[in-house]
This record gives sequence, structure tokens and C-alpha cells, in this order.
Amino acid sequence: MSQAALKQKPSIQEPAITLELAKSFGLSESEFALVKDILGRMPTYTELGIFSVMWSEHCSYKSSRLHLKKLPTEGKCVIQGPGENAGVIDIGDGQAAVFKMESHNHPSYIEPYQGAATGVGGIMRDVFTMGARPIANLNALRFGDPSHPRTRALVKGVVAGISGYGNCVGVPTVGGETNFHKSYNGNNLVNAMTVGLADQDKIYYARGAGVGQPIVYVGSKTGRDGIHGATMASAEFGDGNEENRPTVQVGDPFTEKLLIEACLELMQSDAIISIQDMGAAGLTSSAVEIASKGEIGVVLDLDHVPQRELNMVPYEIMLSESQERMLMILKPGSENKARAIIEKWDLDFAVIGHTTDDQHLRLNMYGECWCDIPVPPLVDQAPLYDRPSVPPKAPQQIDNKAFDVSDKGLLGDLKKLIACPDLASKRWIWEQYDSLVMGETIFSPGVANTQALKSGDAALVKIPNKDKALAMSSDVTPRYVEANPFEGGKQAVAESYRNITATGATPLAVTNNLNFGNPEKPEIMGQIVAALDGMGEACRALDYPIVSGNVSLYNETSGRAIQPTPTIGGVGVIANYKQAVGLAFTKEGHSIFVIGETKGHLGQSLFLREIHGIEKGDAPHVDLATEKLNGDFIRTQILNGEISACHDVSDGGLLVAVAEMAMAGKIGCVIDYKADHAASFWFGEDQARYVVTTPSPDQFIQAAKSSGIPCEKLGITHGYDLTLGESLKISDLTKINEDWLPLYMNS
Amino acid sequence: MKSAIIVFPGTNREKDMQMALEYVSGQTPSLVWHKDTSLPDCDLMVLPGGFSYGDYLRCGAMAAHSPIMKEVIERAKKGTRLLAVCNGFQMLVETGLVPGALLHNQSLKFICKQVHLRAENTQTDFTRRFAKGQVLQVPIAHGEGNYFVNDDMLKSLQDNNQIAFRYCDENGQTTTDSNPNGSIYNIAGVFNDSKTIMGMMPHPEDSVVTHANGHQGIPLFQSIVEALA
Repeated sequence: MSQAALKQKPSIQEPAITLELAKSFGLSESEFALVKDILGRMPTYTELGIFSVMWSEHCSYKSSRLHLKKLPTEGKCVIQGPGENAGVIDIGDGQAAVFKMESHNHPSYIEPYQGAATGVGGIMRDVFTMGARPIANLNALRFGDPSHPRTRALVKGVVAGISGYGNCVGVPTVGGETNFHKSYNGNNLVNAMTVGLADQDKIYYARGAGVGQPIVYVGSKTGRDGIHGATMASAEFGDGNEENRPTVQVGDPFTEKLLIEACLELMQSDAIISIQDMGAAGLTSSAVEIASKGEIGVVLDLDHVPQRELNMVPYEIMLSESQERMLMILKPGSENKARAIIEKWDLDFAVIGHTTDDQHLRLNMYGECWCDIPVPPLVDQAPLYDRPSVPPKAPQQIDNKAFDVSDKGLLGDLKKLIACPDLASKRWIWEQYDSLVMGETIFSPGVANTQALKSGDAALVKIPNKDKALAMSSDVTPRYVEANPFEGGKQAVAESYRNITATGATPLAVTNNLNFGNPEKPEIMGQIVAALDGMGEACRALDYPIVSGNVSLYNETSGRAIQPTPTIGGVGVIANYKQAVGLAFTKEGHSIFVIGETKGHLGQSLFLREIHGIEKGDAPHVDLATEKLNGDFIRTQILNGEISACHDVSDGGLLVAVAEMAMAGKIGCVIDYKADHAASFWFGEDQARYVVTTPSPDQFIQAAKSSGIPCEKLGITHGYDLTLGESLKISDLTKINEDWLPLYMNS
Repeated sequence: MKSAIIVFPGTNREKDMQMALEYVSGQTPSLVWHKDTSLPDCDLMVLPGGFSYGDYLRCGAMAAHSPIMKEVIERAKKGTRLLAVCNGFQMLVETGLVPGALLHNQSLKFICKQVHLRAENTQTDFTRRFAKGQVLQVPIAHGEGNYFVNDDMLKSLQDNNQIAFRYCDENGQTTTDSNPNGSIYNIAGVFNDSKTIMGMMPHPEDSVVTHANGHQGIPLFQSIVEALA
């Protein structure tokens, strides 16, 4: 198809601009009035489209922006906080980790394979746009009740999409989490995280463009897919949302792989001044971003945009969310050098415009001007709402005594717990992900027979040609956030901190992905405000700043909201990967300790939910000072070589943690600790706790004592059984743990 | 030993291979772009893993027709050693240098996991450092690794000792359960008839360097280095 054929002006019939049309684009009456006010006239169809996507919740963060400002975004390791494509932190040796997490919830529910695949593609682009080579992917998935008729197909499609995209691009998928809960029945969550590695002096930003510079389009051709995707992602689902299918983009991981290599090669030269990927709202948001951050104007000749469909109109070109595309501002005169590199990789390269000094976004096509918007008000006057909120209801208290269990019942309950959907092995999922490509994976997912042969509480990926490694993890406990948004927000950060710490790494910074319901409902807004307050408090106390993030609201179907799910993606560093410890028992005869105080908090525990069918009580509270103290102690002991295995205590409590360590190591244990209240001791979900094993117990107890850290000996690693009064074969436990998901998927 | 790794658009395990070869041989292999038409002088050519051309057509089918492949095939026919792993193996069967085809995994899913292999013919430049019947553990990562040949060809592979590795359990038993993808006769890797070319689905290169996931791929690279030094 020749470009000349495309330039013939097709007959274009655009709808009349009315309030109804604006509303159908997701603009409110007052927002539409503001558009007219900014322009001093009625907008054109193209302009209305641009305003509506730029002012969508997805692009403008209009409901959350006020509250996001309260999060701590600075710290000694932070090079770039929120506001660019991804966060950037200092990891020593002049190197930086570049990372972010992003949701693709709505697209993945409508079209699971492509929705999830393009989620992975989009987040990787955010990272390599900044000059970083992606070195690891993680994903946090939430699905509906396993018995819901759509759940199985969604799991299958989402996992295949992530696998199909990530494996092909050749970036290892090293970690993540998968939960099931009925609140996600009509609205699953797909949160994808990418961590990249860059040299600190080779970081690229959207800012920095000047006047009179060429604007270049690189990557795939533009089609009609994904038009108004950002608007779709900013609305609640009703029934029959399948008709939104055309707003889901289609991914091409092969082109993404070429784009990564081409961009990173081009970035080795000095041709690029500023760069932005075309993600949500496509060419519109990337052009506006570059103009706004550079305080310049942009003129685009849309005739030159590589197109894969005939007779496209400016509105479609500007709103398309076709994947695998980049916008660059080049140093004048370097176009040919850049073209040679891009075309070596068989990608499209086109100069589509230039920058100006008048801060207007002007779009020409077919010899006409279709859009002339002043950029500053488009960005600065974007709506900002202080939406009304009501404080969350105080959680109901529960009476622990009502749920005690005999010693005899303990192991039976353990078996049920490790077979429940949230704790069952996710091997069926992660075996579809290539976690080993690039050859630097130290800890991969799972607890037994993992791909990298070892696993830890966080994934661990070595930095090429160095001994240091990055630890990364994704965490949140939605049932806690629902019961007590403030404490749940704190807990998500604390658990991330703990998982990074449990490998021996030092937690550095986090990205967050805030998944909530409809912010126009005061009770949902109340959840958001409280969860962010909790998150902020925890990040401050743990010196664990937030450097990037994404907000996904309107996660509701027919008025039913999801459990609030503010996912935290944490990154840490360990100076020498050989010092890192995994979660598996490594040897018989090691002493097993629990670090941190066990009070026996049963509210919102998996024990209550899975054994008693009750989702009640308060979330466990996190004492941040204790969290830090215990974390520092654990890390020091690991780096001193005193600890042979370490696992944080989270979902399911102490006994589940011990069982997971035994299964991972295929080594049993004899537990001789006598608890007064067995259920709350063994299944309570108190925070700031770790289970560790050590070959030198006396020294360890002494160290804990002198640091004032609570420390209880539970037993000793031994044999092939887990013995607590009665005995269970570890191999049987593993089988129970491994069976659920494949049986479910194949039934 | 000089080696050259051919890089296609979509190749993604060339660095893993480079790291492994360098670790064992002490020499850095050169990376050769698929659009080049001339190969540097080398003792070993490698077709690495990945998704060449996205594997949108039959896996390896496009890459097998890349400009550089003419030279690779010619040299291989003249006896330059050729190692082809995963996507490289898929290209190799497309060229016809070794027999067979690689079908979708029986499960129809991509599988990444550790598997056990049994070294079948240890009299070759690729396997001489293994003891016959030695079991090694290496990872696989593929969606289309289900090796197939017809009965006559299988018999001829057996008669000519062209089977390099078979999937087995940790005790060396070639059971159905230990076959991850449905490959006929549990075949994980094969030679050409003169044993100068080896293709295999598993990734020995991801089981070499100290930090990697086990070290049982090392003898394979030691064999090559010893033979071609």
C-alpha cells in the first residue's frame, strides 16, 4: 500500500459537535463547557476526541491526583520520581533501575489474550523509552471466584497473553501473584511490572525538546485498533461490554523486540533529544506530553504517519492505540543516521512534524488543519476533582476464642489451607512463562522444583557482569484493604519490604498500581484516601519511596466494586547475589525460629475464610517501627551468613510459612513449640514476622536478644515429614499444593 | 576455538549462549547479523534460541531463508560444526540438515521448566565429555518442541546413532512422564549423519555460568572446546 494512495482525501463525515456527543466521549457538561472556553469556539471532532482522552480518568488522574500528592516520592536513591514514563533509582556503579507497574484490567476482561499481552508490551515500552533494557517482568493477577463460569477462560487467556508476549520479547517473567475472589467476577485485574537496567548518564526523558526540531514516528503502522481505549478504561462496566472489543489493541511482541533493540541502539548515539512511547491515548498523549514538558508547540503532518488501513481520518490517527509505536524528537540533522538504525530493524521511520515556539498542538492532513489547541490549558486546566469521601466503616471485631482448634486438627486445616486457590501452587501459570531467558535469574517463582531451581520471597535477577542483584516482588492483600483501607495500605508496603528483605536485599523504592472501584461513590473515594494515607505512612517510615505508578478506577461491574487492590511493586538490591537466601529448608538439623511477635490475629485471615467460611474482622495492624527493626535484624543476619533460609509470614500464617519452606526444600521438620491457642498461633496473620532456619541457634538467639527482637524457637529441620504432634509427609503436602490449579484448569 | 552466533530479528538467547561459550572457552563468540552474507572464520556456528520473525509462520521457517543461512548451510555441509538450540533447532529442521519436524507441545502450552536428559551418543564433538547414559538437568523453554519423525526415519536415527539426548527422569528412565512435550521416543536432540551438526530443544547454555540454574550443561561446551581447540 503506497503512502500516496492514502493521501487522497476520503469523504469524511464527522458527527455534529453536541453536548450529547461530548458525553458519549466521557466528558461531563462542565468539562465540555471548559473545552469551549479554552478554544473560544466549538471544538472540531478531532479536538473533542483529544480533549476527552486527555481528560479521561486514565490519562488525567483527575480523581486521584490530589491524594497522590501526599505520597513520599523522594529519597536518597531516587533519580526520577513519578511524572515520567517510569521511576528511576540509583543502584550503584553508575547504574539505575527503571521500573513501573501498570494495569490492563478492562481490556483483559473483554479480550483476555490481547488485553494481557498488550499490558505487558505497554509497560515494557514505558521502561525502554527511558533508555533502560528490560531485565525482568512481574505480574499481579486477580480473578473472580473459581466457580464463576468465566474465571477459567479468563485465567487461560490472560496467562497465555502474558506468556505469548513476554516470552517472545525475551524478557524473563520472574515473579508475581495470583488470587481469586468473587469481587473480581466481573472485573479481573492484570497488573504488569517491568524492571529495566540503564546507565545513569544514558537516561532519556519526555522533557527537554526545543523549538525547530524534527518529530519522528518509529515502530508499527497505525491502524484503527484501540480507539478510545483510555475512555473505555475510565468507565464502569455494564453487562454486554463485549461490544467494546474493538477498543482493545492487538499486540505484536516481535515488533516490540525489534523496537527495543532499535531504540537502545539509537540511544547509544546522541540523536534523540526526547522520547515518548505511544501508550494510552496514542499519538495524542505522546505529542501533548512532549509539547507540555518541553513548553513548546507541535505541528504534525498526519499524512506522513505510517498507516496500515485505508482512508484514516485525523480523529482515528490521533486516538488509535495501535501498539509498538514511539515518538521522538531528534537533534536536527541526525534524521538520516537515525533512519538507518531504525530501518536496519525493519521498522517504519517517518518524520511527521516539527516543534514550534507557540505552545499549540496543530494537526494537518489532506491539506487542511484539523486541530489547533493551546497545550498549556489542555494540560494545566485538566479537571481535578476533590471528590467527596466518607471514612471507611470501623471493622467488626471477632472473638479469637470462637475459632480455636485442637492440636489434632491443625494439620488437617493446614492441608485445606495449602490447597485453597490463593495458596495452591501456581505452577500451571508460571511454567508458561520463560523466567530464565537472559541467563541472570537467581530466584524464580514457585516453591518446589522451580525453573531456576531456587526461589525466595522475592525474585532475584543478577546484573550482567556484576555480583549485585535486584530483588523484586509484587504485593497487596486486598481483603485487608477492604476491611481497613488505612492498615491495608500500610500492610501492602510492609509486605513488599519484608519480601525484599527476606532474600537479604535492601528495599529501595516501589511502584504502585492503585486498583479501585468508582471514585464518584463516596465510600470508594474513602477507601482510596485512607489506603493512600496508609501507604504514604508506611513508605515514609520504611524509607521506601514511591517512584512511579498507575491508577485504575471504575473497576466495577453493574455497580459491584472489586476489593480495593493497591498493588505494590518493590525493588531492592543485594551487593552480592551469593549472600542471598531462598525460602527452602537447606539442610537437616537446622533450628527453626520465628522472628517477630505472634499475638494471633485471626481477623481477615485465610484460616477464617477457608476453614470457617467467614470474611470478617479487622486487618492485622502493622507497627512500622517494629517492621523496620525486624527487617534490619533479618537482613544483617542474612548478610552475616547466620541464616540458611528465610520466609516472611503472610497469607495463612506461621504453619503455612513453615510448610512452604519444607516443600521448597523437600526436607521435613519436627515442631515442638506448644502454643496456648493453637489456631491463632499457627494461623494468625500478625505482621512483621519471618520464619528462619539457622545452623547456629545459640548465636542467633543471642543476636536477637541483644537487638531486642522477639524470637521463638519452633523446632528443627529433620526427615521427610512435617511433625507437629502428628506427622504429614512433605511429598503429600506438595501433591495437595500442586494439584488444585491443574485440576481446576482441566476440569 | 572461534565461534559465531547468528542473530535473527527476534532472537533472544544469543547473550545466554555467548555467556556460556565465553565461560567455558575463554573466548568471546562473535554475533553475526542475519542480513550479513559473509561469516567470519570460525570453528563453530550457533543458531540460538528465541522467536525469529516472531515465529508467526511455522517456527524457524522464515529464519531458515535469511541471507546468512546460505553461507551457514554451505559451511555446515563442508563440516564446520553447527550447534542449534531451541528456535535454532526449529530452523535447523527447516533447512533439512537434520531430519524431523518440531510440532506444538502436546499440552499446546509454552513450557519453561527443568528437565532431565540422557546422553545417548557420547562419541561426538558435542558430547564426548559425557559418560554414556549420563543424566543431566537443563531447562527447556518452548511452545513447539515436540519432535517428530516417521518410523523409518526413527529407525535410521537409531541405527546411525544420531540421537543425542532423550528426555528421562532423574534416574535416567525415559518414561512418558519425563517427556515434557510429547516428542517421539523422548528425543530432545539429534545429530546429522556425520555428527558435525547437533540440534536440541533444551537450553544447555542456561546451565553453565556460576550464577545460573545448575551447571550440568558445562560438559557439552567442554566437549566442543576440546574437540575444536
